[in-house]
Amino acid sequence: MLLIPCPHCGPRPETEFVYGGDARVKRPDPSNSSDEQWAAYIYERENPKGQHQELWLHSAGCHLWLIIERDTVTHAIGSVRAAREDQQ
Amino acid sequence: MVNERYSFLALAKHALTGHKNWQPAIRHPEPKDKYDVIVVGGGGHGLATAYYLAKLHGINKVALLERGWIGGGNTGRNTTIVRSNYLLEENANFYEHSLKLWEGLSSDLNFNVMFSQRSVINTCHTPAELESTMRRYNAMRLNGIDAEFLTADELKRRVPSINLGQDGSLRWPILAALSQPRGGVARHDAVAWGFARGADALGVDIIQNCEVTGFKRAVDGRITGVETNRGPISASKVGVAVAGHSGQVMAMADVRLPIESHLLQAFVSEPVKPFLDVVVSTGALHFYISQTDKGEVLLGGGLDGYNSYGQRGTIPNIQEVTSAATEMFPNISRLKWMRQWAGVMDMTMDGSPIIGKTPVPGLFFDGGWCYGGFKAIPGSGWCFAHTIATGEPHSLNASFTLERFGRSAVIDEKGAGPFPKAH
Ligand SMILES: Cc1cc2nc3c(=O)[nH]c(=O)nc-3n(C[C@H](O)[C@H](O)[C@H](O)COP(=O)(O)OP(=O)(O)OC[C@H]3O[C@@H](n4cnc5c(N)ncnc54)[C@H](O)[C@@H]3O)c2cc1C
Ligand SMILES: [Zn+2]
Repeated sequence: MLLIPCPHCGPRPETEFVYGGDARVKRPDPSNSSDEQWAAYIYERENPKGQHQELWLHSAGCHLWLIIERDTVTHAIGSVRAAREDQQ
Repeated sequence: MVNERYSFLALAKHALTGHKNWQPAIRHPEPKDKYDVIVVGGGGHGLATAYYLAKLHGINKVALLERGWIGGGNTGRNTTIVRSNYLLEENANFYEHSLKLWEGLSSDLNFNVMFSQRSVINTCHTPAELESTMRRYNAMRLNGIDAEFLTADELKRRVPSINLGQDGSLRWPILAALSQPRGGVARHDAVAWGFARGADALGVDIIQNCEVTGFKRAVDGRITGVETNRGPISASKVGVAVAGHSGQVMAMADVRLPIESHLLQAFVSEPVKPFLDVVVSTGALHFYISQTDKGEVLLGGGLDGYNSYGQRGTIPNIQEVTSAATEMFPNISRLKWMRQWAGVMDMTMDGSPIIGKTPVPGLFFDGGWCYGGFKAIPGSGWCFAHTIATGEPHSLNASFTLERFGRSAVIDEKGAGPFPKAH
């Protein structure tokens, strides 16, 4: 069981969250991108054995989208921040 | 090297000498410098590929390289459900071919894989699920695959211990069920060992404790071999079948994959008298159940839900699966759970596998088996061997390319979209 330290609500069990996957995927500019860039955006993901930047939604709590750094082998959670801080 | 045939006569003969003179089932050769084909990964898929390369394509200068021991990955960790009850034609044709190979596998390999065609039954709990299951039933019949639609009463007669929940004890009572009578279970270890023994007898070198750590490439990018912890090995063709570690291994050849690695768990109970002679699975409550030949109740469910390589499995999933299972099978509620484990699943973006060429000449890839790759072992080995031997896919795996994602020509059986954890 993961205990996720939500910056707004404090430590909460993983069952309160919804997983959103690879946080590094960026939507390409629709007016200026190739088919390959779109395909990569939709289908290719980081899949590291180790540190992973990932999105989690605190759906049964404050409804913030979080970006969490987590080790995919030990499941240890490193940095946690609100995803909106990353916008522009 | 030809193996001694396993038979009743051989058993009787060895009984006379106290079973002390059985030959080892496979050799343990040192790696040679060069082979025609290297297969990476000693799970069912790699072993079956090596076997069919030698048996059907006459290519026997083959090395199979396994990082640990053969069958120690997902092949040795799964719940062994074998079925071909698919909706989409690409999947139906491929898995039905695999099921037909299963039906002759024990005699082909001269190794009892204990394939037991005891019916795989999917229960329906909502009107929407009933309709989509009926549609799948019709698709199966149109594709010439056996299927039966059972009413709730027929299901209860076939599986007396099931709780239909019509008295309100299930939030979503069982309305009907789809059965594939030719579906069933098999012995996971025997599949790995049987293919290994068959391949070894045809000259394949099965090399365990040999981890691939890189690829050797020519100046034009072509594959010329692999680097391993036991030194470099040359081959002009390399086939990779490493399941949950597909991302890591293919990254060494600079190939990015539409795959995420997720955990899938399973659990077994203490053994009890036989009470369940079919496999039952439910998409609505998200678990599947069967009883092993040893009498244990075997349960599995959905993914743990986030990327992981930690072969352990977490508690929320155990709670979800056991609570659903005890609702539908109240008679197991007081059983003690003996073991729990997890495997690292290669989940693709459309829920369907990849068997084919890669952008790197000479490098072939077989993976993305999600949680249904055990039943695919014979069919996948058969198709992958064809693809490696001839350089082109067979019509059965022609749709399962890596480049289908670039064209958005996905094979999305569930219609769940590009979300690996949803398939
Ligand atoms: C709990 C659970 C339940 C399942 N239930 C079912 C089911 O009921 N029905 C079904 O059809 N499927 C099921 N599956 C899925 C099925 O087990 C897998 O899809 C299938 O076994 C994959 O076989 P494989 O040969 O591709 O992989 P594996 O058996 O995992 O073999 C891959 C091998 O590659 C080796 N390897 C990795 N990296 C390297 C390297 N660098 N060099 C050399 N070797 C390497 C690994 O050590 C491993 O032995 C289940 C899986 C799990 C975990
Ligand atoms: Zn919160």
